[in-house]
Amino acid sequence: MSTKAKGLLGWIDARFPLMKTWNEHIAQYYAPKNFNFWYFFGSLALVVLVLQIITGIWLTMNYVPTDERAFASIEYIMRDVDMGWIIRYAHTTGASAFFLVVYLHMFRGLIYGSYRKPRELVWIIGVMIFLVLMAEAFFGYLLPWGQMSFWGAQVITSLFGAIPFVGESLATFIRGDFTVSEVTLNRFFAFHVILMPLILVGLVFLHIVALHKVGSNNPDGIEIKEHKDEHGHPRDGIPFHPYYTVKDLWGVGVFLFIFCLIMFFFPEGGGYFIEKPNFEPADPLKTPDHIAPLWYLTPFYSILRAIPDKLLGVMAMAASIAVFFVLPWLDRGRVKSIRYRGVLYKSILALFVISFFGLGYLGTLEPTPVRTLFAQLFSVIYFAFFLLMPWYTKWDKTKPVPERVS
Amino acid sequence: MGIFLRKLILITLVTASTAYAAESSIEIFAPEMNVKDQASLQRGAKYFMNYCSGCHSLEYMRFNRLAEDIGIADAQGQVLEDVLKNNLMFNTDKVGNTIVTAMTEAEGKKWFGVAPPDLTLEARLRGSDWIYGFLKSFYLDPKALWGVNNLVYPGVAMPNILGALQGEQMPIYKTQTIGVDGGSMQQQIVVGLEPAAGGSLSPEAFDQMVYDMVNFLTYTADPGKVERQQLGVFVLLFLVIFILFTYLLKREYWKDVK
Repeated sequence: MSTKAKGLLGWIDARFPLMKTWNEHIAQYYAPKNFNFWYFFGSLALVVLVLQIITGIWLTMNYVPTDERAFASIEYIMRDVDMGWIIRYAHTTGASAFFLVVYLHMFRGLIYGSYRKPRELVWIIGVMIFLVLMAEAFFGYLLPWGQMSFWGAQVITSLFGAIPFVGESLATFIRGDFTVSEVTLNRFFAFHVILMPLILVGLVFLHIVALHKVGSNNPDGIEIKEHKDEHGHPRDGIPFHPYYTVKDLWGVGVFLFIFCLIMFFFPEGGGYFIEKPNFEPADPLKTPDHIAPLWYLTPFYSILRAIPDKLLGVMAMAASIAVFFVLPWLDRGRVKSIRYRGVLYKSILALFVISFFGLGYLGTLEPTPVRTLFAQLFSVIYFAFFLLMPWYTKWDKTKPVPERVS
Repeated sequence: MGIFLRKLILITLVTASTAYAAESSIEIFAPEMNVKDQASLQRGAKYFMNYCSGCHSLEYMRFNRLAEDIGIADAQGQVLEDVLKNNLMFNTDKVGNTIVTAMTEAEGKKWFGVAPPDLTLEARLRGSDWIYGFLKSFYLDPKALWGVNNLVYPGVAMPNILGALQGEQMPIYKTQTIGVDGGSMQQQIVVGLEPAAGGSLSPEAFDQMVYDMVNFLTYTADPGKVERQQLGVFVLLFLVIFILFTYLLKREYWKDVK
């Protein structure tokens, strides 16, 4: 009995590992059968990436990256280009959606121990994706050339000036000019449209390859490959296609509903997705009352502002992101999943979540002495969650972990 | 988003040490905007072209698109170009052009100190309430450039264009003592306005006029809003059905998994 495909499929398959790839990674790729709500966000992140790329391409057809025309070209897209407003709003909503999805995706990793051995590399590549995503968002936000775009870029690029000796030259090198100008706009356009997306797509590919090598974790944190049936398939696993393709399709539907609700009815997101000061063109001679990045970067911005010294603040902000890389080695717990962790771990995790939200919220507001105090408190809790992890995960009273998934 | 149907002048903190400080804290709430009210938008367009377009542009708004949206069109939706040209177009006769003021930026800067800003997006930048309050809050101030100041935007370089219609408003001063380097000093701050007197429009008529202008500016800031929301309803309806069917499909497949 021949198992070779016939026709067009057979022709391709004789010249390209199409069926092999399809089987290995989709139709015969076994994933745990107990995926829950938290497991939608990986596929949703992919959906949003594709959405951003497609809407981004169409925006690039009419956007002009010059001082004179950047702002006007976006209004042109909104008003004169057929369906231009859909493309623009999809892109701005998509940017916020991307971060919401990625934060939830990362949180899943946190609570189920998806960063633990043997998935450290999946996690590390993921954190690199997060870093590149933040850079991509930062470069992209300059492009509308509104007041907040300009001044946000001015503040963040000037942070590099805090680095001793090379700081000022570095800041000038990044901007391409002594202040944010059209030169900066042009190069950030190149970074946003080509450099970061290429790196992003490459990293996402590596992320999935690394994942498929070791197989997915699951909400119980137990390894399904430890119990295989007579065919060599994990007993607690099911083929990704059709089970998770059909489940993720439903997930995409629900996501699109929320996405379209925002896009069609609240595209400004209450001033958080499209900020009010950005409705006037950049003016280097007029500083806005309050400069802040978009909501998804505010937790880290808060940490930066909490520390009075410029260089130390920059270092703290960098550390707050870099610490994610070493997470796999900080966790000394006996169990992977939060389901079997004790009260100690859960309490500290809860404090971390509260601090993250607190920092994020404070980052949207103007600093006052009281708010700065809270930001400092939350920053301490944030770092304590990571840096004290080797101890509290060891001391944590865990529950017994079952052999098979529940 | 939601704007209450109140016409209260809320006095919060007046922190400025002179009437020319940047931050204002007087809040006035406008009646709810309704960009589907074409009659209001037409009046607003009329007022804008007559009173504002001498200095302010709407550089992202095209005349023909405007006409189509606010109803200067026949039953088939064709723009009535003659009506448009005769009533709303003063410095150009190409209906495809954008609404640009005849005053150049250089002239504006020379005469006012700052070029009058483009107003297309003003309603999204500052909000409808702000513009409504701004247009109603001019008062006489002998120290100011044009003899008028504004409670919502202290130190504004704009004259009171609608003064003849509203009448002139007088400020209510309060003397405040503030601490200054080792001592204290008295200063006058504006805490409210006497109602306007001597205008050619009644207060209700003037409020309606300002409302129409702000409604119009709310429209120019987001001309696609009505279409966007109408399309959105159909999209969400489709997605509800999509979600239902994908769920049923998922449930059917997953019956195999115990």
